[in-house]
Order: sequence, then structure tokens, then C-alpha cells
Amino acid sequence: MPIVKSLRVIGRRTVNSVWRLGYASRFFMLTLFYSGASFRRFHLTVKEMFSSGVMSLIIILVAGMFVGMVLGLQGYETLKRYGSESALGSLVALSLVRELGPVLAALLFASRAGSAMTAEIGLMKATEQIAAMEMMAVNPISRVIAPRFWAGVISMPLLSALFSAMGVFGGYVVGVVLIGVDEGSFWSQMQSAVDFQHDVMNGVIKSFVFGVAVTVIALFEGFDAPPTAEGVSGATTRTVVQSSLAILILDFILTAFMFRGE
Amino acid sequence: MRAPENQAGFNFVTSQALVEIRDVNFTYDSRPVLKGINMTLPKGRVIAIMGGSGCGKTTLFRLIGGALKPNKGHVKIDGQVIHELDPQGLYDIRRKMGVLFQFGALFTDMSVYDNVAFQMREHTDLPEEIIRDLVMMKLHAVGLRGTHDLMPAELSGGMARRVALARTVALDPMLILYDEPFAGLDPISLTVVGNLIRRLNDALGATSVIVTHDVQESLKIVDYIYFIADGVIVAEGTPDEIRASDKPFVHQFVHGEMDGPVPFHYPGGDYQQDLGVRA
Amino acid sequence: MERTTVDLWVGAFVVAGIAALVVLALKVGNLSTYNVSETYQLQAYFTNVGGLKPTASVRSAGVLVGRVTEIKLDTERYEARVTMSVDKRYQFPRDTFANIQTAGLLGENYIGLMPGGDSAMLKNGEIFKQTQSAMVLEDLISKFIYGTSEKSK
Repeated sequence: MPIVKSLRVIGRRTVNSVWRLGYASRFFMLTLFYSGASFRRFHLTVKEMFSSGVMSLIIILVAGMFVGMVLGLQGYETLKRYGSESALGSLVALSLVRELGPVLAALLFASRAGSAMTAEIGLMKATEQIAAMEMMAVNPISRVIAPRFWAGVISMPLLSALFSAMGVFGGYVVGVVLIGVDEGSFWSQMQSAVDFQHDVMNGVIKSFVFGVAVTVIALFEGFDAPPTAEGVSGATTRTVVQSSLAILILDFILTAFMFRGE
Repeated sequence: MRAPENQAGFNFVTSQALVEIRDVNFTYDSRPVLKGINMTLPKGRVIAIMGGSGCGKTTLFRLIGGALKPNKGHVKIDGQVIHELDPQGLYDIRRKMGVLFQFGALFTDMSVYDNVAFQMREHTDLPEEIIRDLVMMKLHAVGLRGTHDLMPAELSGGMARRVALARTVALDPMLILYDEPFAGLDPISLTVVGNLIRRLNDALGATSVIVTHDVQESLKIVDYIYFIADGVIVAEGTPDEIRASDKPFVHQFVHGEMDGPVPFHYPGGDYQQDLGVRA
Repeated sequence: MERTTVDLWVGAFVVAGIAALVVLALKVGNLSTYNVSETYQLQAYFTNVGGLKPTASVRSAGVLVGRVTEIKLDTERYEARVTMSVDKRYQFPRDTFANIQTAGLLGENYIGLMPGGDSAMLKNGEIFKQTQSAMVLEDLISKFIYGTSEKSK
């Protein structure tokens, strides 16, 4: 009976995913619960901020610059048709601060730092480092997971702000320096269009939420990975796929809440 | 129950037991792994638990460490039943235990120095100068004081195992567990690690349990040996008794014979029928 | 505990990130144009606010003097009640005109204040008596078409 068989497979997969989701939620709660040491011994978190935040800087800055330059070019081409090239500044800044900055920075962070986190935790598990820590009466959630979590959550808004600032600069280089849009109207249009609370702060909130999502997914996948080579590589792939999806879905939800009808 | 004497004339049963394993059964996914294991591990001794691959010795090891719960029976360490402890109690008893994992399990993101200092920093408030002295002493004991600022990836397999050994005894544990300490070592490192296990145990007055399938090396250094096959203890005794044993399983294991009570062939159908020779 | 190069890098990263946020707030956003000085509230009723939004500017003779803080529909008069906070340094006569104006043909709406000659000044919470609503392009066009067809008869 192929139908019964496939139904059984679907059923088992569903139960499995719900099970995993519950396990992941408990993992997240435990991470928050055992976060004390990440702040009491802040150098643990600082060390992880180096490997997740600082090491992502170059890709974030370069990508931000080029995204801003593309926005400058494309925006200019489109705005020229309506004779409103002076609005280029507000177009570039609004799209970066509201959407592209937080989302693209988070996507890059997921593939640069998230995958590295998963692989590292997965390998620590495969080589029994996590078990060794437990046998040394040290809680691995508090010592290994929580500092990485907070490092990611702190780094993400900073990276996203750097991405947006770099993008605005890229748009300025293309729009004002290369194409020759009036510099004064570029900045003044931008300033009158971008609101600090409504746009900049909402962007920061978004990137904070993305930071939580990406690091939790990355750390959980690593922690839950089967202790084999295939297990770790599969978990790394899942981290990138799942956190990218999570970022885009969360972005829609957050945007719907933040910018509806105004 | 018999009371075997080891070389030093030490009475095994009357001496105070640090670890008592009573009637332990363990089932993994409805497959029985351990069936009624009884062991007594006295203080100050080095005991080996041996058996073929997949005989349940690693499970036994994890039961002693409190990472698994037995389905029946109990493991007592220093008078406390391990699986009845709350997490805090388990952590407290683990602080008095040292575990050397297979392949060392050194923390790859820390230097050799930080690896050895790890437990001192996590569990004590010692000032950094004292930690430094302690770390250097532990590293000196395993002959690797000069490697303190290397990363684990820069060490050879044997050196990594010795660093892990230094880390295991960092807090002077009363019970040291070794999971396959000889796996993947060259003959020189093998002898070095074997001697270190014996010497550290005697220097600390600790009790060591070695889970291994390396017969020749362990026979040289241990006081007592348990053989496990299919989840039960099939033989036990001092190294001399084991060498002299005429039990077929022990004989096959000690001398590494290919066929015997542990068959070469996995149970299968009739060979000739599988080949289609016989109709 | 000693300072390490990692600390330096992370410190630089945090400083750069916060600097980027400040740039976004001041240079890109409008935080710098918010009035730091004290403000007082004024209100005005309009039959149609058009595209006017909260945080839109309030200008007099082209100079920024305040911002719109709230737009609500007054259900007694069925008119839009616009609240704006105006810089304390600028006082306006009681007969000042409040008009909703547009920057350019398609630009954003703002409130333009045209002072009258009254010697008494508007105080906190008072209302502009004379207002002119937003110029809605569609209305203008239909008026234009209607007007020309009338003439051609």
C-alpha cells in the first residue's frame, strides 16, 4: 500500500519536526537561562564577537558598498524618467535603512558566521569536547553556547548599521561623484525622508531580531548535529537554508507590523 | 566470591571500594547492552575493562560518569548512587572525577595552557599566578611544559593525548576514567601514555578505570582486569591470571586469534546456497 | 586578565558600528533637524490634510520652525485636527494663516505659516483660526476642465 506508506512517512516527518522544534525552543530557553556567565565573564563573549562580528566585517563593508552603488545607478536610471533625480538620496537611504541593510547583512552573517558556528559546535560535539566539558562539571550551554549567542546578537545590529552606512556612501559615490546629482539635494532629500525613529530604529530592531534567529538556528543545528562528517556538513547546510528563510519570513512579519498603513 | 590477590599481595575485596557497580542492566533502543554487571573498583588501583568493539564497555563507562541511567541496578561512587543525584550533586561528584576521552577531546579553540587551566579557572578562584604554576607542574608531569603556548592542532597525536592527560588530572581527581587511551598511538607514545597513567594514579592516590581493547599494553600497567562480552562479564582477574587463563574467549582475545568463541563470520545463511552451488 | 589584540579588534568593531548608527541618525536621518530647544503646541483644523504626515515640517517664510506631531479626525466637526510643536523662539500673531502646501508639484506636504498683523501672540495649546486645506491635484484639474467647458458654452 504505497499511500499508507507515504502517509506514514509524512506523519513521522511531521512528528519529528514538531519534536525538534520543541527541543530547539528548550535549547533557546536554556541559553537565555544560563546567560549569566556571558556577561559576568564578558571576555568570553568578546572573544566570540571577534570570530563572528569582526571576521564578518570585510564582507559586510564590501557588500554594503556595492549594493549602495547599484542602488545609486538603478535608482538614478528610474528616477530620471520622472525628472526627480534629486530624490536619489532618499531612495538609496530608505531602501538601505529599512530593508536592504538589516536583511542583506543578516543573510551574509548567516552564511559567513552562522555556518562557521554550526560547524564549530558540531565538531566540538563530534570530537567529544562538549561531553568532556560536561564531565568536567562545566555546563556547555553556559560556557560555549551562550557567549556565542550574545556575541551574535550584539554584532548583528552593528554589522547592519555598518552595511547601511557603507551603502549610503556607495550611493553617494555613484550618484553625486560619478553621475553628478546635486550634492545638497541628495543629502537634504535623504534627511527629510528618513525618520530616525520610524526608519533607523526599526531597522535596528529588525537586525536584532535577525541576529537572535540566525544565532539560535546556527547554534542549535551545531548542538543537535549527528557527530559525524556528514552530520556536521548537513547541519551547516541546514543552518544557511533555514536562517535565510527565517530572515526573509521574519522580515515580512516585522515590516507588516512596523510600516502598515502609514 | 573469591578474593584474588594481585602481584603486591593486595586483597581486592576487603579493600575499601570507591566504585561499586551492582547488577546493572542497560537497554538501548530495546537492545540489551549490559546484562547484570557487578564490579568492585577499590581505591588506589588501576582497573581495565576490556572487550571487543561494541561489547558495551563504552556504555558502562558512561554509566559510571553519570551520563546515562541504568535500567536496573545502580552505580555507587564514594557511597553515592550516581543516577539518583540531582544535577548539582552530579556536578559536585564530577568535580572529583577526571575523564580522558578517546583522542583526548582537547578544546580546539584554546591553547595547551588554557586547556589545562580550564577547570582551575571554571571551578576555583585561584589567582592567575598560582594557576600558572599549577599548569606548568601538570604539563611538566607529562613532559610537555615546552608546548604550553601551542594550539592543540599543532600537537602530534601522542602529545595531544598527554596534554589531555594533564588536563584530566588538573584538579587532582579521586577517580580517573580513561576511554580508549591507547587508540591510534605509535608504540613509543603507547608506552609513554601507559606509564603516565600508572604513575599519575600512584602519585595522586587515585583510582583509575581504563576502558580499552589494547590487551598487551594494559596487562603491563593494571592491577585487575574485567572482560566483557555481549553485555556480561565473562572473565576477570589479575594480569597474571589473565595471561595464564585457558578460557577460550580470554585466550582468543589475549592472543588476538582470528577465529574462536568470537567467530570470524557474521551469522549468515548457508554459504554454498548463497553462491548458488547447491540447489 | 590582560588586554589582548582580540579586545582591540572587538573594541574597534563596536566603535565603528556605533559610529555608523550615529551617521545613520544624524547625516542620513532627520535626528539633527529635530529641535533640541523647547517647543510649544499649536493646533489647526483642516477640511482636508491631503498627504500631510506626522513629522512633516512646519515652515514660515521657508524657515523650519516646527514639526507636525499628530493628525486626528475630530468627530464633532468632521475635520482633521493637526497638532504641531513649534520652537519656543518663534512666536506667531493670533491671525496667522496655516496652509498646507506642497514642495514642488509632486513633493511632500508641509504646513506653511503666514503671519498676520495682530499684536497678541498664539499661546501653547491655542488654535489657528484661519487655515487653508491641501491643494488636491484632482480637484484642481476637474475645476479647470469644468471651468473651461462652462466658458465654451
